[in-house]
Amino acid sequence: MTRSLEIQGLSKRYRLGQAQHDQMLRERLVEMIKRPWGNRKETESIWALRDVSFDADEGEVIGIVGRNGAGKSTLLKILSRITYPTSGKVKVNGRVASLLEVGTGFHDELTGRENIYLNGSILGMRKREVEERFDAIVDFSGVEQFIDTPIKHYSSGMRLRLGFAVAAHLEPDVLIVDEVLAVGDAGFQKKCVQAMEGLRNSGRTVLFVSHNLAAVENLCSRGIWIDSGKIRMDGGAKDVIASYMRSFVGERVSGSDLSGTENRLGSGEIRYTRLEYLSRDGTPCAMTRSGDPLVLRFHYHAERLMRDPSFGFRLFTEMGTLITETGHLLHGIHIPKVGPGDGYIELEIDSLNLVPGQYSFSLWITGQSSRTVYDGDVRTSLEVEVADVYKSGRMLDSRYGLVYFPQRWRVTRT
Amino acid sequence: MIRELWAYRELVYFLAWRDVKVRYKQTVLGVLWAVIQPFFTMVIFTLLFGQLAKIPTDGIPGPIFYFSALVPWIYFSSTVTNAGMSLVANSGLLTKIYFPRIILPAAAALSGLVDFLISSVLLVGFIFYYKTPLGWNLLLWPVLVVLLMLLALSLGAFFAALNVKYRDIKYALPFFIQLLLFATPIIYPASMIPERFQWLLALNPLSAVVEAFRYVVVPNRTVDWNVLGISVAITGVLFVAGVAYFRSTEKAMADLV
Repeated sequence: MTRSLEIQGLSKRYRLGQAQHDQMLRERLVEMIKRPWGNRKETESIWALRDVSFDADEGEVIGIVGRNGAGKSTLLKILSRITYPTSGKVKVNGRVASLLEVGTGFHDELTGRENIYLNGSILGMRKREVEERFDAIVDFSGVEQFIDTPIKHYSSGMRLRLGFAVAAHLEPDVLIVDEVLAVGDAGFQKKCVQAMEGLRNSGRTVLFVSHNLAAVENLCSRGIWIDSGKIRMDGGAKDVIASYMRSFVGERVSGSDLSGTENRLGSGEIRYTRLEYLSRDGTPCAMTRSGDPLVLRFHYHAERLMRDPSFGFRLFTEMGTLITETGHLLHGIHIPKVGPGDGYIELEIDSLNLVPGQYSFSLWITGQSSRTVYDGDVRTSLEVEVADVYKSGRMLDSRYGLVYFPQRWRVTRT
Repeated sequence: MIRELWAYRELVYFLAWRDVKVRYKQTVLGVLWAVIQPFFTMVIFTLLFGQLAKIPTDGIPGPIFYFSALVPWIYFSSTVTNAGMSLVANSGLLTKIYFPRIILPAAAALSGLVDFLISSVLLVGFIFYYKTPLGWNLLLWPVLVVLLMLLALSLGAFFAALNVKYRDIKYALPFFIQLLLFATPIIYPASMIPERFQWLLALNPLSAVVEAFRYVVVPNRTVDWNVLGISVAITGVLFVAGVAYFRSTEKAMADLV
């Protein structure tokens, strides 16, 4: 077996504030005149990666997991040569293709056909190669009817399919993929997974970052867990994911402070101050997983005695689709008076039947009529982690929609 | 670096092709736009500077005098602007995929060439209309085009790299270009500048190029080969310096943009 990737002591330091692109040449010149020999002012810096080393062999499919900000994306960017390491070495044998985004460089005004050529060329394909694979790309994308239509008329799904179709026909030795499987419908997802399996079977090396732990587990033979810029664990995909999941337990991220939330509506006589996530026995919840029971405790503060307040919330997807709106009045429960002072009300959910992902709450408190708003559009987010909700060993992930029903299959033998 | 650029030559072509295609698709007038802009500028210059201000044109018909300089000038100014903005405008590409970054300003320099060629065709029309005889100096034209491209690319690449780092470049750039319009013999002939200030004109590499573009289409004009030589030398220095500065900032670009 041949080494396709050798990474040694990779570190990357970012200067804080550097990425904000806010320096003025005018200021820099003034600074140079004032202190021509002085050092530039020392800025604070953070290490996004610290001494990361690993090798990869041909045909290995490696899943990289870790929390947001752990350094996964920085690692992929260095391997793709987009950014450069502060120290350390990367050696790649063969041609690298990186897919940090689907459809990079697509232009709205150009047709599907034109974008295939443009995108192919950006991804490093020769014109001749694109020509040879053109029919296969169009076929894979399933947009042949609209291939000569400017893509500004495409739906986001069509764009995505076209973008992935081009990428799937790259023939790199090492493929680097960042979180692109999290999107698209189930049929298309399946095609993507097949394309990646095809790569693996033909001896290509794939590095794959995803929050979708089920996909990582299905696709990858090996897992690397990155935590605070360092490799925390490197081993079989199953083991690494299991350890990674265990790390969430016992952590206290179990609520969000709402007192500082801005852009809220309403008169403010009574306001939400905090939302707590609890398990049934009242202990703080470390993480919210699909299918788990959950108690939401809404803390509020009332300036004065309030009569007939009505509490409730709307729950949205990350894309802003309303999933549900609820409130205690819908259950016929009246609260005659509250306050003045602090208090809370609780909502108990038997089973949180949301698929993993990021959701957003918009909390409200109104009077008896919904026209009297005391507090409104108080935004806070809810992160739902993957879980084995059907107790089958198969993780339910974001490919399966927005919600799932508590359910039982019955199979009758004939 | 050269070998890598050669490997990516198709990307330069595709990005330039995209720019051209999008530019003509987005406007109602499309390709005509490449002609309208220099044509009306020429008309205004002829009326304002020729008829009203009576600035001499060295005995060349006004339209040819202005137009022959406007065609390279418009190419130069739009290329420096577009190349200067190219990295920031394509930040989506810069942060998602690797390619030699110089490709972006290079593609801008290439795509501007299409407009340049279209308006050059119009210039040929004027030459026939005014029955200006053509001479062997026409052979200098392709050399001048290359020189003009290199000059525009050097400054464009320099500003592009600077623009990634400093935010005020995008305000300074139009101002710089406006100043250069007056520092270059476009609305006036180089011969109008007193002898003792001619050296100042020679310091601007663009002035010799623009004057030479006039020389190419008007055979009985003379060109100062020394000044053109200085211009070639300055362009060479600017090119090396511009590309070197660009290369030195290249590694940090994706982190800054």
